[in-house]
Amino acid sequence: MRVWWSLGLLRSELVTVFRRWRTLALFGVLAGVPLLVGIAVRIETRNGGTVGGGPRGDNGPAFLEQVSNNGLFLTFASLAATLPFFLPMAIGVVAGDSVAGEAGGGTLRYLLVAPAGRTRLLVVKYASVLAFCVVATLVVALSGLIVGFALFPVGEVTTLSGTTIPLSAGMLRALLIALLVAGSLVGIAALGLFVSTVTDSGIAAMATTVGLLITVQIVDTIPQLHVVQPYLFPHYWLSFADILRDPVQWTGIAKNLGLQALYAAVFGSAAWARFTTRDVTA
Amino acid sequence: MALIQPARPEPEQPDEPGGRGRKLARYGVPVAVAGVAAATIGLVPALADAGDPSLPSVTAEQLLTKIAASQTRTVDGTVKVTTDLGLPDLSGGSALLGGLGTPGSGGSGDSPAAPQSQLTQLLTGSHQLHVAADGPDRQKISIIEPAAEYSLIRNGTQLWAYDSGSDQAYHATLPAPSQQHEGLGGAADGVPTTPQAAAEQVLKAADGTSRITVDGTARVAGRSAYELVVTPEHATDTTVGAIRIAVDSATGVPLKFTLTPKGGGKAVFDIGFTRVDFGTPAAGTFTFTPPKGVKVTEGSTPSRAASPAPQGAAPTVLGKGWDTIAVIDTSALNKGAGKGADGGFAGFGAQGKDKPARGSGDSGSGDVSALLNGFGSKVSGSFGTGTAVHTRLVNALLTDKGTLYVGAVTQSALVQAADAAK
Repeated sequence: MRVWWSLGLLRSELVTVFRRWRTLALFGVLAGVPLLVGIAVRIETRNGGTVGGGPRGDNGPAFLEQVSNNGLFLTFASLAATLPFFLPMAIGVVAGDSVAGEAGGGTLRYLLVAPAGRTRLLVVKYASVLAFCVVATLVVALSGLIVGFALFPVGEVTTLSGTTIPLSAGMLRALLIALLVAGSLVGIAALGLFVSTVTDSGIAAMATTVGLLITVQIVDTIPQLHVVQPYLFPHYWLSFADILRDPVQWTGIAKNLGLQALYAAVFGSAAWARFTTRDVTA
Repeated sequence: MALIQPARPEPEQPDEPGGRGRKLARYGVPVAVAGVAAATIGLVPALADAGDPSLPSVTAEQLLTKIAASQTRTVDGTVKVTTDLGLPDLSGGSALLGGLGTPGSGGSGDSPAAPQSQLTQLLTGSHQLHVAADGPDRQKISIIEPAAEYSLIRNGTQLWAYDSGSDQAYHATLPAPSQQHEGLGGAADGVPTTPQAAAEQVLKAADGTSRITVDGTARVAGRSAYELVVTPEHATDTTVGAIRIAVDSATGVPLKFTLTPKGGGKAVFDIGFTRVDFGTPAAGTFTFTPPKGVKVTEGSTPSRAASPAPQGAAPTVLGKGWDTIAVIDTSALNKGAGKGADGGFAGFGAQGKDKPARGSGDSGSGDVSALLNGFGSKVSGSFGTGTAVHTRLVNALLTDKGTLYVGAVTQSALVQAADAAK
C-alpha cells in the first residue's frame, strides 16, 4: 500500500516537473547543441578539411575530429560538450527548484498535509530530479544521433585505440555512455537538493547550485589545487570516454561512480537532516 | 501564518522534530558519511602499501646480474610517467616541444600522428601509458589522454601509429633486423616509455662511474621489489643526485625508476608500473588496420632505427661519466637537415620547425636561439655571450656563434666548457 502511494506521489511529481515550460525549454536548448555542433562541423569539413586549426586539434571538445568520418561520434562529441556546463546547469535549475520552489510558491505545506511523510517526499523529489538527469542526457544523445546520422556517413566505429568495432557494438557503447553521463550528474543533483532544502527561494537555490558548479569547475582546472581535485564531483566526468578504448578501462569510470555515490550519500542525508527538522512556514 | 509542523504519517517513521538533540543527531549522519569516506580513502592506499616486503638480502652485483639475466620478454601493464624538469607545462598545446623534438626531416614530421610529434609530450607533466610487448619485435605503447589516446604499434618491420585526437594514422617500415636488445617497450625515439628502458640506459652509463647499492625493498604495482640506488661518483658538475630503481624480485624486471636532482626536491623523472602482468598479451594487440576514412601519413624510415647523425651535426662529447657535455654545432645541423639529435633531451638541439625564423634564410641557429630566448637567460664569459636554458636536470648553453652545449651538469660547467673551447 505504501509503495503504491509512493508511486502515485512520484508520478504526480514527474508530471509536474516534465510539464513545466521551463523544463521543455531546457530540453530544447540541450537538443539544439548537437544540431549546432553538427552543422558547424559539416560546414567546416565540406571541402575535406579537418576540424580545428592546429595540428593537434585539442582546442575543441573531445571527439570532434571523428565526427566527419562517423556520425555516431556526434553523440559522443555533444555529450562531451554539454557535460561540463549545460547538463549540470539544467540539473541545478531543476534540483534547486525542487523543494525551495514549492516552499516559495506556498505549495510545500499542502504537500506535507498529505500523509506522505517528509522523508518520502524528499526521496520522491530526488527520484524526479534523477529522472530528469536521465531524460536530459538522452535528449542530448538522441538529438546527436539523429543529426549525426542525417549529416554524416555512418559505419564501423573506430575506438580511441585505433581498433574497429561494428556499428551495433558502437551503438551499445553509446547507450552505455549516455547512462554514465546521466550517472555523473547524480552528485550535483544531490547537492542541488540539499541547497533547495536550505532556502525558501527557488531562484536563490538555483543560483547557489549553478554558482557552486562553476566554482568547482574552475577549481578543477587550477593545477596548484591538485590535492583537492580528486574529491570534486566533476573531476572524473570525462571518464565516460574510457568506454571507447580497446580494451575498455574501468578504473576511471568506477572512481567517477563511486564519487557520485559519495556525494549523493553526503548531500542526500544532509538534505534529509535539514528537511525533516525544519519548520515549514510557507 | 500558522506554522505547519511535520506530519506524522506512520508510527515507524519518526519525522517529528524532537528539539535540538534530534536535529544534531540527524546532521550527524552526513558528517559521519563524509568522515567514514574520508577515512576510507585515506586508509585503504596506506594499508595496501603497508610494510615493505621482506626478501632475502642480495648484493648489488647479484641484483645487476639478475636484471641482465632476466628472461621476461612479455609484458602488459600500465605505466605512469611524471617529468618535472621545471619547464612550463606545455602538455596542453605541445606545439613548442613537438616542434623541438621534430627534426627538420620534412614530410613525416608534419603528421600529428608521427611519433616524433607525440612522444616529446612525455617530457612535461604526468602521463599514463599502456604498454604491451611480446619479444623485441612486437610492442604497443598507448598514451592515455583524457578522452583521447595515442597508440604506437610495432609488429616486426611495420610501425603504425594512430592519434585519436586528430583522427590520423602514421605508417612506416623499419629496416628488417632492428636492434636486437630493445627490452620491454623500448625507448621509442629516445624517450623511455618503460621503467626497464630507462634503467637500461642508466645502468649502461653508470658502469664504473657510480656507486650502486641495494637499499631495502619496496612494493610496486602489487609486486615485491628490491630497491637499487645509483649515485654518481667522481663527478662534481652533474645535476643528477641519485637514481632509484625498483627491481622485481621474481623476474628481475625494473618496475620503477626515479631520478632525483642534486638540488633536492621532487623527482625530475619518475616512471613506474602501476599495474603489470608478465603474461603474453593477446596477439590481436599488435595488429593494426587503418580504419576507414582515417588519413594515413607514410613516414620515411624513422630515425630511431639508425642514428648516424648527418655530417657535421654529430655531437662532440666533452668530459666523461656523469659530467658529459654534448657539443653541437647548430649551423652544421641546419645544413645536414639533422635527423640525428632528436632523441630525448638532445631534442633541444634540433631546430623547431614551427618557430618563426629570425633574420635571413639560414635559420638553423636562428630558430634555436629564438626559441631559447623565450625561456632562456643571457650569460657571458670569456667565450663571448650566449643564451642559457636552465631546467632542474638538463642545462643548455647556446653561444651567439651557434654552438650548443648541453648536459646534465651545472650551468657554470657549461660556461667553463665554452671558455675552454674558445
